[in-house]
Formats: sequence, structure tokens, C-alpha cells
Amino acid sequence: MSKNKIIVVGGGLAGLMAVIKAAEAGVEVEAFSLVPFKRSHSLCAQGGINAALNTKGENDSIQQHFEDTIVGGDFLANQTPVKGLVEAAPGLIYAFDRMGVMFNRTPEGLIDLRLFGGVKNRRTAFAGATTGQQLLYALDEQVRKWIAKGKVKEYIGWEFLSAVVDDEGICRGIVAQDLNSMEIRAFRADAVILATGGAGMIYGKSTNSVICTGSAAGAVYRQGVPFANGEFVQFHPTAMPGDDKLRLMSEASRGEGGRIWTYKDGKPWYFLEEWYPAYGNLVPRDIASRAIYKVCVEMGLGIDGKNQVYLDLTHKDPEFLEVRLGGILEIYRNFYGEDPVKVPMKIFPAPHYFMGGIYVDWNHMTPIPGLFAAGECDYMYHGANRLGANSLLSAAYSGYICGPNAVKYIKGLQKSAEDISQKVFDRELNRQAGIFEAIYRMDGTENPYTIHEELGETMITHVGVVRYDKNLKLADEKIQELMERYKRINVNDTGRWANDVVPFVNQLWNMLELARVITLGALNRNESRGSHYKPEYPDRNDEEWLKTTKAYWTESGPRFEYEDVDISLLKPRARKYD
Amino acid sequence: MAEFIHLKIKRQNGPNESPRWEEFKVPYKPNMNVVSVLMEIRKNPVNAQGQKTTPVTWDCSCLEEVCGACTMIINGNVRQACSALIDKMPSQVITLEPLSKFPVIRDLKVDRSVLFEHLKKVKAWINIDGTFDLGPGPRVPEKERRWMYEISRCMTCGCCYEACPNFNARSSFIGPAPLAQVLRFNNHPTGAMDKEARLETIMGDGGITDCGNAQNCIEACPKKIPLTTAIAKLNRDTTLYSIGRWFNR
Ligand code: SF4
Ligand code: SF4
Ligand code: FES
Repeated sequence: MSKNKIIVVGGGLAGLMAVIKAAEAGVEVEAFSLVPFKRSHSLCAQGGINAALNTKGENDSIQQHFEDTIVGGDFLANQTPVKGLVEAAPGLIYAFDRMGVMFNRTPEGLIDLRLFGGVKNRRTAFAGATTGQQLLYALDEQVRKWIAKGKVKEYIGWEFLSAVVDDEGICRGIVAQDLNSMEIRAFRADAVILATGGAGMIYGKSTNSVICTGSAAGAVYRQGVPFANGEFVQFHPTAMPGDDKLRLMSEASRGEGGRIWTYKDGKPWYFLEEWYPAYGNLVPRDIASRAIYKVCVEMGLGIDGKNQVYLDLTHKDPEFLEVRLGGILEIYRNFYGEDPVKVPMKIFPAPHYFMGGIYVDWNHMTPIPGLFAAGECDYMYHGANRLGANSLLSAAYSGYICGPNAVKYIKGLQKSAEDISQKVFDRELNRQAGIFEAIYRMDGTENPYTIHEELGETMITHVGVVRYDKNLKLADEKIQELMERYKRINVNDTGRWANDVVPFVNQLWNMLELARVITLGALNRNESRGSHYKPEYPDRNDEEWLKTTKAYWTESGPRFEYEDVDISLLKPRARKYD
Repeated sequence: MAEFIHLKIKRQNGPNESPRWEEFKVPYKPNMNVVSVLMEIRKNPVNAQGQKTTPVTWDCSCLEEVCGACTMIINGNVRQACSALIDKMPSQVITLEPLSKFPVIRDLKVDRSVLFEHLKKVKAWINIDGTFDLGPGPRVPEKERRWMYEISRCMTCGCCYEACPNFNARSSFIGPAPLAQVLRFNNHPTGAMDKEARLETIMGDGGITDCGNAQNCIEACPKKIPLTTAIAKLNRDTTLYSIGRWFNR
């Protein structure tokens, strides 16, 4: 009996870190990814990664990083895991440093740090404005080394469809599809780690890559794993408005001195600086997004009468900007044709990050034994709002501990996946094959991409920065209407080779299921906390809602349960940035 | 601006099928790019002749020119489709073709796995002992970091390969991008410890001597990675290394 195989799904920061840690522990790893690892969405993270290195003489500390994270998350994050996160942060940065990450340096050749939102100390290590890219590439290089050694096997261009769960309820592998040959196959593994990222595509347009559909999370939700805190979706305050994508303009631009303004009475009005004198432009993202929304939508003061305000860097030295923010300057120039060094950028909030996700315990295992989740697809570290530059950290950290946790788990197993009857795998394989055969036969009148577009419009209008019960109900009705129309889809392509439409139709159903989780979770939660803001319930209500939302799949829609939050280390207090 | 965007797309159902051209007319909107036009087609897969057809297959992910996935040949030039803005296209008709030096999977989607194989061949990594906490890495002068960072932004898109006259589907040349990576890793204080091993990988068949110094690669690189400077520098390094090796025989 060999008990030593782990499957990791997802080639972003969390997934690759889990791969490396499992490989270092001597376990055989199979790594599945939709795209070559280097093209994963972690590379769109720009500004940096947080760690209390305290190298700037500001008395920064692990404890301060902890408090900033908990307060930033409006006390919804479980505190013990967050403690682990911030404690490990310096060591993680150093590991990346040793891998050769090209972090910007001080004149002494040490890792430089910059300021970010929701904090007062410089704590963010960065590589220009492409930090996610540089960290991802470093892990990609390390994994390539393991592949060259024959210890890791990669499956690129494969999509996770479902977990294989045996009669005892234990996860024994996965079913996945090769997106070229369209072959659907079952794979055995003693533990499975999902590191499948966020689900920005549920909002149609977001800062996310188009591969961020959340489909894998939706699939295991339908297999009985709860989806936690779905209603907490971060809107990033500064993204370029666009017709195909809302391109992120890093928070680092404000960390380096960028100012947000619009015109009022014919004069520039720095509304964040006026409303929040203590933190100014560096208030946390939920607060900045609401302020911009208010200025544009409620006060009608957007630039040129549109939903946009200025993000202004023009007062800064051009060379300084190039060295520290080059990556975003390039994106703005390429896609907007103006130079942010000379002209202020036009920005507006955009869906950006899912604080919520697959429910896991503190070892990152889901309620299905053997099935783990790490990275943005889990719900663990950010509570009701994530601080900037904590996402690269939580992605790397959760992979860093999830890999060894999975190794530990398989050491304690009675039976290996190899001992499990083939029938268990065939059953799940046939179920998935059946779903796909049904999709191939869809010859109705609806176009799946149009349904997706309507889903996005619904979510962004009704389940956005500001939420009203009436609109949330409308959104849920609309999603259910789309679920009806889904049944009348025409796939337009019945080819059995590199067919893009058929997998998309499968993803679309998972997106629709999760859209209901988000919408109904928001409808239920009668309070305002972090990114979830309801003017009808403007205050945080710890008495009733200091709770993690857990949505369970049922035939007729999500069923909700609520669980107490671990507040053992820091007593909840009012969250103030003014 | 015209009411329609007129596209000519070179399509191919599979690796062994023969290519054909298909034309499309997509209603014009401001601020479109080639990817968003392809996305319009799949919402209504009908060609310019009004016939129903299959949606076009292509690769993309980030839509902001950092992932490199959407690389294709647009009006004869190799580039990323997501940053190919329609409003800046001079021509009346936009032609889209798959990269010519990699096997076509379907339509505009190609198999570029060889790019990653070559990165493996040249050992493009720092050989760390493990990810455990050993404290900080070596100090790096900011001046050095800047050019190494420039090279480490390579997104393995393949533009430089497409442009290089000495690389094709049958050649063994490892191509421009991995050569630049060798230089970057050889100059990192820890990476330098494996300098010789890396140089060895580019000194044999398909190595640096296959570069004819045609300079096409640097023109094609969307990230302006100093490929030819890197190759020239590396040429000196390999020469010095082989002289040294000869002396130490
Ligand atoms: S300089 Fe060398 S690598 Fe670059 S295009 Fe010319 S032959 Fe190819
Ligand atoms: S060097 Fe430039 S053109 Fe070549 S793969 Fe890298 S980014 Fe693309
Ligand atoms: S989609 Fe990533 S470069 Fe174009």
C-alpha cells in the first residue's frame, strides 16, 4: 500500500506553494492547472506583500500587523489563524528573497518597504508594481526544478470537475477534463488541495482574469462543502473603467503618495483627505470604495458626469514612479493611451477579491476528509474586508501550511487511494461524463455568454458596493430566471476537440449557484460590516452578526447556518479611520 | 469610424486539419480590443456571409498584457490580442492568425509548451535548499536589481521566438528568452553558484551559437526585455568559460 500522493488543483501562488511544500516532504505530487502556472491570476497582484519586518525604524510589530488585519476585516476573521499568518510573514518573505525575487531594495541592498492602506507603518515588500508576478514566477521556477527532478507531474490545460468521494465520505481523488482532447478522467490521490482562486467572473467584469470563474469552488459546494462568507466581496476602489475588464490600478499608487480627487464647486476636492484626516487616501478599500461611490452616484460629482474620479500621481517625480510603479503605468498607457505621470488617472471601484470561499478548518481541510482548500478560494484570513497586500501573503501562507497539513493527514490514513475500489472512481467519472454529454446536446435558443453577461450586470448593479434588500431580492429572482434560461442554451459547437463553449457552460452553472449564495447571504445579513454595506442597517451588529456565514447546497437553493467567530485575542471594538 | 469591424481569421479545426479563412463583421463600439471582439463573436457565432459557424477558439486570461496567453499574429505582426486596441488599428480589415512556429491546437490557440521545456533545460531557477526560514537572502544592490527585474518580467509569450529567424518548429535552438534568463540567474549572488552548469546548457547544440544576431527578437518583445544585449553579454561569458575550461583540462 502506497500512501503518498497529493493532487493540487490550481497553479497560482497558493497552489504552487502547496506543491513545493508537499514535494519537500517527499510526497508525490500531481499539479493540475487550467493554464501554464506562469499565466495564473496571482500575477495580476501588483502592489506588494505584507510582513512586519520592521526595517524602517517605525516600531512595526507582528502584533500591529495582527491588529490592523483584524480591524481591517471588521472582526469577522478567526483570530487564531490570522495570528499564524502574521507570525509567519517575515519568514515567508525571506524564503521568497532566497528564491531570487527581485524585491526593490534600499540603498543598503535590503528589501525596501512601502506604505499601504489601513495601516500606519511601512510593511509592504514589493517588486515594482508587479509583485504578484514576481512571486508567482519564483514559485514557478522552483516547481520547474521539482518537475525536472521527476518529483512533480504537471497537468496543464486540465479543469477540475469534482472531487471523488468514497462511501465513507472521504475524498480519494478528482475528476478532471483535458481542455484540448475533452477527455474526462478520474485521478486517485490520498489528499486533494484546491487552490483555485477567486470568482470575479460572477460579476462579469472585474479586476480578475477570465479564468477566475469560481467553478471549482461551486462544484465542491454542490458536493456538500459549505461556502463561507460569500456575501463579502471586495470592491477595489481604484480600477480603470473598461468594457471588457476593469483593470486594477494598485493601492501602491496611493501608498506612494497618489491622491484621489474630483471637482466640487469648480475646485479639486480631496474628499478622502477631508473625510478621513487620520488615514487620508490610505483608508481601507471598503471605505475608499464607498466614498467614491457616494461622490459619483449619490452626489453626482464624477469627472465628466461619469462614474469616475481622479487618482493623481502627477506631483511625483517621474523616475521614482517608474521604479516603484512601472507595471501599472504601463497598463494605463497601453489601455488608455494617457500617461499617468502627466495626467491623473480615471478610476472607479471594481469587484476584486472574495474574502469568502470554501469552508475549511484551521488546518485548511474542508468537512470532506482529505479535501483541502488554500488561497483566495478559501475564506480564512480576511474577515469582512481584506487589507491591501495581505492577499499575496495569505495565498502563500495557506499553501505553505496546507501542503504539510495534507502530508500529515495522509500519514494517518487507514487506507490509501490505491486500495479503493475502481467503482468509486467510475461512479463519479460517469456522473461527470453524463453532465457533459447533456451539455453537448443543448440545442436551444439561449447563448451561454449572453446569460453570463446578464448575470454580471445583475450582480454589479444589485449586489455591489451598496446593497438594498429590495434590489437583492430582484437579483435573486433574476439569477433564478437565468437558471431557467440556462436549460435552453445552445452550445453552438459540438466539436470534441478544444471546444471552449462546453466547459464554459459547465462553469456557468457553478457561477449561477454561487451567485445565489452571495446574493442571499447579503440579503440575510442585516447589518453593515466591512465590504457588506446596507444603508437600511448602517451599523455593525456584533450581537447578532459576529458570525461566519455557511451556505449549504440544496436542490432548492442555499441553506444558511451561522457559526461564532474566534475573537480570543482581540476584543471587538469600533472600527475608525477618521 | 466604420459601423463594423471587419475581421479575417485563419481557422483550423485541429492540429492535422487544413487551415481556412473565415470573415466576420462585428458591430463597432469604442474602446474595443481584439479579445473583446472575439468575445462578441461567441455571443453570436455568425460569419460575414450570415452563416452560422462555431465560436473562434483562442487563449487569453489576464486581459492586461501580463499573462502572455493571448499572443497571436495580428495584421502580420506578432503581439498580444488583449492590448491590440481596435481604435488604433490602421487597416480596414484586421487579420488574425495563430503563431506560425508552434503547433496549432485549434484556430488561434497554439501549443507553446516547448517554451517551458527550454526554461527547464537552462535551469532557470535559484537552487535553494528548501523553503524553510533561513533568514534573508543575500543583499542585492538596487542598480543590479533593476536590470535583473527587467529580465524577470518575461511572460514567456513567445513573440521573440516567432520573430527569430533561427527558431522554427523543427530547430533545436532554445531561443532568445531563456538566454536572457540564464544571464539574470547567473548574476544573482546565489544563482551564480550554478553559473557553470547553466552555461554548459547553452554551449552545445541548439545553444547560444545558434543565434545569428538578427536582432528581430528585441523588436518583437512587448516587455522590451534587452534580449540582444543579454545574448551579447552571455556570449562573452561562454567564451571566457570555455577558455577557462580549456586551461583547466
Ligand atoms: S538576435 Fe538571435 S535570438 Fe534574437 S532574433 Fe536574432 S537570431 Fe534570434
Ligand atoms: S522575452 Fe519578451 S517576447 Fe520573449 S517570451 Fe519574454 S516577454 Fe515574450
Ligand atoms: S490575456 Fe494575458 S496577455 Fe493578453
